[in-house]
Amino acid sequence: MKNRTHISVENLNVYYGDNQVLKNVTIAIPDKTITAIIGPSGCGKTTLLRCFNRLIDTVDGIKVTGKVLVDGDDIFDPQQDVTAIRKKMGLLSQRPFPLPMSIYENVAYGPRIHGTRKKNELDVIVEKYLKMANIWDEVKDRLHEPASSLSIGQQQRLCLARGLAVEPEIILADEPTSALDPVSSRNIEERFMELKNRYTIVMVTHILRQAKRLADYVVFVYLGELIEHGPSKEIFENPKEQITKEYIKGIIS
Amino acid sequence: MLLSTAIVMFSLLLILGTIVVKGLPALSLDMITKAPESGYYLGGGGGILNAIVGSLLLAAGASVVSMIFGIPVALYLNIYLTRKSKLAEVIRVALDVMCGVPSIVYGAFGFAIMLYLGVRASLLGGIIAVSLLIMPVMIRAIDEVVRLVPHELIEASYSVGANRFETVFKVVVRQTLPGIISAVLLGFGRGIGDAASVLFTTGFTDRISFSLLEPVATLPLAIFFQLGTPLPEVQQRAYASAFILTVIILVLSLSARFLVSRYGRHMVK
Ligand SMILES: Nc1ncnc2c1ncn2[C@@H]1O[C@H](COP(=O)(O)OP(=O)(O)OP(=O)(O)O)[C@@H](O)[C@H]1O
Ligand SMILES: [Mg+2]
Repeated sequence: MKNRTHISVENLNVYYGDNQVLKNVTIAIPDKTITAIIGPSGCGKTTLLRCFNRLIDTVDGIKVTGKVLVDGDDIFDPQQDVTAIRKKMGLLSQRPFPLPMSIYENVAYGPRIHGTRKKNELDVIVEKYLKMANIWDEVKDRLHEPASSLSIGQQQRLCLARGLAVEPEIILADEPTSALDPVSSRNIEERFMELKNRYTIVMVTHILRQAKRLADYVVFVYLGELIEHGPSKEIFENPKEQITKEYIKGIIS
Repeated sequence: MLLSTAIVMFSLLLILGTIVVKGLPALSLDMITKAPESGYYLGGGGGILNAIVGSLLLAAGASVVSMIFGIPVALYLNIYLTRKSKLAEVIRVALDVMCGVPSIVYGAFGFAIMLYLGVRASLLGGIIAVSLLIMPVMIRAIDEVVRLVPHELIEASYSVGANRFETVFKVVVRQTLPGIISAVLLGFGRGIGDAASVLFTTGFTDRISFSLLEPVATLPLAIFFQLGTPLPEVQQRAYASAFILTVIILVLSLSARFLVSRYGRHMVK
């Protein structure tokens, strides 16, 4: 895998205090597809995802060695402008966290920070991304109501719109459907399928069927080690490692 | 538990009852619309508008000063220092100690600062002393609400490329606005009712004064002076003044509740 991708990781080690949770991870995440990070609970999936946009920095006592390259730049280089890195990536968390402001303001928040001030431009942006997240019809008459008044499923789509509004190239998602009901989950999954041709999507999931349905590329992490990665079909139908086989069959979880 | 609650409620009612029963007969329009006329403390005409105005100015000034210093401190403790920070713990303990320091100490300390600055007993002096008194209370109250802001919310802001400053002022402050408002009003209430801290620092005057550098009257001292006279009708006015002070504090806590529900609507749980 020599061709340069948006995100690639070289010899990444992450320690929480003395506890090493990622061990020498090296991988290139393919562009413009959905990559699923799978693995049992506590194996370091979230940690890996949070390295990509350096949210990991906000944790006490963290130590990171190795490189995460985003568009060729080592993002852990102290010279890097961390806000510019984060702007390249939208983030969906396990539970949606809308900002404490109106629906409209939530989507306008990012663009405003990055310099779009004019009301009519913001109006266009807000509508565009709410539509892209397939929530426009539900909220177009109540744009100035608090975002917290939406249902959880709607909030997650609003968070997607908020992330898309800063025009990222990458979408990071950490178990984005685990707090949602089946219909809302379906809705998010459909959004991902629509967006995958334009964005590089990396999602953590512990639902194997979801990974099978959505992902083109699968990364299997076990106890902090990257065991195996490859096209979804290969991993699910013909895994090379015994441990991957067992995980996929549900023998270990 | 029920008994304790009953005793507490009963004492509260007793206090309010005393103030109302003793003060109401002396309460008149003059009380709240006029400054003392000559011989007021001997039963002459006039009112305590001087003290009402003075106390409001003093408490408002001190609240603004404490807010300007206090909000950044509370935010610093939580957002810039990490959760396990030793420094933050030390500062919190120090603030808790300061909350418990009797107000006369702040009065004395304020007085010392005034001497050093060459300020005489005045509204400004009072504002310095009362700010010192209410700042720790206000900071700890804001600290408690900022501490409750979910970390994910801060991350959500970071993840669209906001820096720490933008996150603090656009997200954290908005999320905690109701708590900040109640903390400020809590400080205001504590400041307006305190006598010891203003004893040496504000002086007292029968005029209605708006000047920072002139002495001002305050309600607690007005109550103190009126109670100190031997005349029953003037003592009654002390209760009426206490009643007025209580009403101000009541209005304050009601408006706090109103503002909290009004600005709380965007809060994310
Ligand atoms: N803030 C932290 N401080 C210390 N240890 C942590 C912290 N966050 C995570 N860990 C530890 O790091 C390891 C990996 O955690 P991580 O959250 O990355 O796992 P995960 O694969 O996302 O798990 P899950 O499927 O439960 O979400 C776990 O053993 C966890 O206990
Ligand atoms: Mg996780």
